[in-house]
Amino acid sequence: MDRATVEAKMTDLLVDELGLDRGKITMGAKFEEDLEVDSLGVVELLMALEDTFGVSIPDEEAESITTVGQAVDVVMEKLAG
Amino acid sequence: MRNAMITGWGKCVPPAVLSNADLETLTDTNDEWITTRTGIKERRISHVEVSDLSAVAAQHALAAAGLTATDLDLILLATCTADRAVPSAATMVQAKIGATNAAAMDVNAACSGFLFALSVADQMIRAGGAQRVLVIGAEKLSFFLDFTNRSTCVLFGDGAGAVVLEASDESGGLLAFELGSDGTAGDLLCITGSGTEGNPMRTLPPGILMEGPDVFRRAVTAMGDASTRVLAKAGLALDEVDLLIPHQANVRIIDATARRLSLDPARVFVNIASYGNTSAATIPIALTEAVEEGRIRPGANIVFAAFGGGFTWAAAVFRWGSRTTPITTSAAQLPPSTATALELLAPNIALHGKGI
Repeated sequence: MDRATVEAKMTDLLVDELGLDRGKITMGAKFEEDLEVDSLGVVELLMALEDTFGVSIPDEEAESITTVGQAVDVVMEKLAG
Repeated sequence: MRNAMITGWGKCVPPAVLSNADLETLTDTNDEWITTRTGIKERRISHVEVSDLSAVAAQHALAAAGLTATDLDLILLATCTADRAVPSAATMVQAKIGATNAAAMDVNAACSGFLFALSVADQMIRAGGAQRVLVIGAEKLSFFLDFTNRSTCVLFGDGAGAVVLEASDESGGLLAFELGSDGTAGDLLCITGSGTEGNPMRTLPPGILMEGPDVFRRAVTAMGDASTRVLAKAGLALDEVDLLIPHQANVRIIDATARRLSLDPARVFVNIASYGNTSAATIPIALTEAVEEGRIRPGANIVFAAFGGGFTWAAAVFRWGSRTTPITTSAAQLPPSTATALELLAPNIALHGKGI
């Protein structure tokens, strides 16, 4: 799966699962500050990512994810590894 | 086939209301923050003990079943906030309602406690060891509220719910259940200063500790997956589920669990806005309200799911019987009190201070 596909699916999940405004989602957007997604929201996103991409993202790694782009990075890493 | 049917139901919530606006005066929070993150608008703060809340709920459940207390042969009280370690709150309830023929004990599986107790009661009846069991879930979590911990102090409240489970030849009852525990992660959700840990001179004050995001993920996964397994065990498809009654811990856990199950939100019972998380009491309170609101028709397939400290989790499929109206009603009520929630919480504030 290429990065553009992961980014597109990530955006869909943020809109469908967390109810975010599509126009606000950029790869540099910070979950807490820019998108008003709190820690439980990030966990909800990670669970949706796990289901969508068939990967496993442990909580310890989850704590280091603060932007949309970083979430894409983690998924790319898991898909490659 | 000998089954165990729920023939009575009742609840007791104390009168004092702690609103989100009240919490704004105690800790660094606001109504919008609490509502969007938890779904909770208010919770009840008790002026009496767990055994008092339980006894009133029990009397309503007995009346709904058309029984008197002496008809009971077993009382199981799920709680993690019993009045005392000894005697158990269950035996205090036995005395308060006059259930002289019943054995009584407490069950502690934290927020999953009611489903643990319900499963034990069901199996006791099926095995012939009991005929009529009173199963109660009751808590006084306000005892542990610490307003300097803003992530947990907004969540919890007090209350009690009860059901009467009776041996029956009617088909239905508990079609399948699953109980689970994982003690390796117990520190992620715990109540400190609540047992004999340490020594009698210990100074650690009581408090509720919770790693929210970790608990969230485990709760959604455990409740969703256990529900899926009990449905398979019962041979039921998702579209045959009439109502999911989940433990009311956080509306986002409930929503995420329903999504994980692909269950229509219209078939999920949610009353967390009114009571917050009352631990073992949430499911019997919710069940009582669901019956009273006409949400349960004769023969309805109900799925229960819970997750709590321990960790513990449980799920069950219960097929309701033919009767959805109480046989009689009870006038039982708590001793009157005009104390406000903030007045009742003055000792908590004196011990821990405020969060602002």
